[in-house]
Amino acid sequence: MQSRKAYEKLGREKLQRIIDTCKSVEERALDPFLIDIDSNIGTVKEYFPEWKVPEDLCLDAETLHKIASVVKLQSEWVKHRSTSLYTDPFLLEEKLKRMNKFEIARTFLKAWHPLIEWEQLSLHSLSEAMRYWNSLVPLDERWKETAPTEVAAGSTTREELVRQRILRDQAFSEELEDFWHQLQTAVVERGENGKIRYWDFIGAESYSETVDRAFMTSFLVTYGYATLEIYSLEEETFLVPFEKQIVRSGNIQLVSVPISVSSGDWQKWKRGELK
Amino acid sequence: MSKRQGSYAAKLKRATHLLFFKRHAKPGVKGWELRKALGSDYPKVLKIMDGYLKNLDLEVKTIFEEGRQVDRPSLEQLDKARFYVALRGELVPKEAKMIGWRIDDFAGLAVTIAYITSKKGKAPREDVEQLLREKLPGWKVGLNIDRYIRYGYLTEDDSGQLYLDWRTRAEVDQKALIDLLLSAETKA
Repeated sequence: MQSRKAYEKLGREKLQRIIDTCKSVEERALDPFLIDIDSNIGTVKEYFPEWKVPEDLCLDAETLHKIASVVKLQSEWVKHRSTSLYTDPFLLEEKLKRMNKFEIARTFLKAWHPLIEWEQLSLHSLSEAMRYWNSLVPLDERWKETAPTEVAAGSTTREELVRQRILRDQAFSEELEDFWHQLQTAVVERGENGKIRYWDFIGAESYSETVDRAFMTSFLVTYGYATLEIYSLEEETFLVPFEKQIVRSGNIQLVSVPISVSSGDWQKWKRGELK
Repeated sequence: MSKRQGSYAAKLKRATHLLFFKRHAKPGVKGWELRKALGSDYPKVLKIMDGYLKNLDLEVKTIFEEGRQVDRPSLEQLDKARFYVALRGELVPKEAKMIGWRIDDFAGLAVTIAYITSKKGKAPREDVEQLLREKLPGWKVGLNIDRYIRYGYLTEDDSGQLYLDWRTRAEVDQKALIDLLLSAETKA
């Protein structure tokens, strides 16, 4: 068992080495034929049956992707070598090092044909500018200070502030606990195995209500009233309510999970196309 | 002067204004802009203009998209191309100094362009800087590269790779430069 683990570890290291070498060829513009494609493909093939977990399969896919990039570079390299612009960079570098800067500059002037560009004013542009200037309103007229409009002080009611969404009709913690109970009920009524699909819970008749529910759900998860179960491959997300609020200890690394709740997603959910 | 000749004379003046005076951030005019201003026979107007400019050691230069060479361009390719007025011949070192560049600046640009060309049009900035440091003071190398980028000879991406930009394609005969550099060394 130990030797199998060691074998897998060696495989991972080999794949990582292939990725690093391919990257350096790409980034440093080195000769892509330095990479032995056949041998690298052989390595990928050799270890492929060992990979079971997604991380290893991703590493395998990345290795193949990098090898493919190098093959593409090899093709470009051959094309470039067949053009008249091809020069051995090492030969050129050596020659440049041996020439003095005056020789280099003189040589450059023979191959340099600078562009002619004038930036002078013409009579036409001057007359255009004059016309613009004459029609320009003075600054003190353009930037007139607008006096703030006076608003008479008045009284309002708590109901009015709630209606204007300045105040909430419940304390946030109470609202969150109500929402938690809604989730628990929804799981019992519409969920299975103690969980419910994310969209089945947050989805509502109107888009704004859906966004509001998604917002509250994010607090349920953050404050330990519920958790998310995400199945990336199946693209499924479930909400699992807890029996009681769980207080997470400080040494647990929390992760943020962005979930798109766009209008398009909501419409798809309404049509039953989104789970 | 016939009516037709008069029309071409007017178009020639208009083309001169368009091509000589810088109107955008970059000099030169796109083919479609010339077609709009001069009509669909703008290639003929440019040909006549090029004839006049030849006496002044200038030329109308056509740079096609992505800097590639086109022997018999279609109207569509011409519309997408950019037209410039450039020096037809060469400058002697004394004249080049009048442009305001030092000999170091020209040499640095030549080395940079030649090196990047030999590396298939892309090279890490640090490699170019290292090469330039062989002949130029270290403090000047970074400044010079930034200046070449500002003028449009080079461009740099987020990962510090340098590429040749539009002005190199318009002004520098890259093949001639490399051939001259290699042959200059052979003579020495």
